[in-house]
Amino acid sequence: MTERAALETYSISLSVASGLEFVELAEMVTTTLARLAGFDEETAMWISMAVREAVINAIKHGNREDRQKRVEIQYAFNHDGLSIRVTDQGSGFDPSQVPNPLDPENLLKPTGRGIFYMKAFMDEVDIRSAPGEGTIVRLRKKRRPRSA
Amino acid sequence: MIRIKHRTIGDVHLLDMEGRLTIGEGTAPFREAIHRVIQLGGRRLVLNLAGVTHMDSSGIGELVSAYMTASHLGGCVKLLHVPPRIQEVLTVTKLATVFQTFDDEMTAVESFR
Repeated sequence: MTERAALETYSISLSVASGLEFVELAEMVTTTLARLAGFDEETAMWISMAVREAVINAIKHGNREDRQKRVEIQYAFNHDGLSIRVTDQGSGFDPSQVPNPLDPENLLKPTGRGIFYMKAFMDEVDIRSAPGEGTIVRLRKKRRPRSA
Repeated sequence: MIRIKHRTIGDVHLLDMEGRLTIGEGTAPFREAIHRVIQLGGRRLVLNLAGVTHMDSSGIGELVSAYMTASHLGGCVKLLHVPPRIQEVLTVTKLATVFQTFDDEMTAVESFR
């Protein structure tokens, strides 16, 4: 990365209809941008998987696969890391009511791991949502300084 | 997309999986494969994950569903050749404490005896 590029913040937006066929597109874009932001291949893969979860939740649970509703994915990256914001136009939910999938009573449930998955592989996950409003998921991955 | 090959050793059903166990193109064929094995009377299942490159939360959910289906019928699902990426997913979700995993096929098959 040049000195000038290191100081700049790049912003890119993607807007997709609420169809699950667009999940792969979001994943590919995320992988490409994560690599551009300087992450290694493995970390870029985990970032992409976290973004997949946010986009799937936005399409399935937020917009309920209503193709008239959009999912906006906004990326910003600079030398420090990559931030992603996923916004849906759904009816919202109360994030505090999401069960912990690690609790013994939830461990063998087939669903409910999407948010946990994001938190496991990103440095920061912030979910703003309320019943009757859309949901905004903010994800951030910081770049680690290269070891000498 | 995922490719699944089914074979048997005695009464143990092995599914050799290759590709992505992710929502849609990955999870639907996997669910169908498990259903077919169960319909055939299979209760002892070994999932060979050597070729699985990605697994999202839906893929994890399908693994859990397969495990629960077999368990309810008195059987069991065990995992073989779990790649490091998938092992990481199983570890963070605590499912590594649920699934028995093996690095050797015959050991996995004989574990049902």
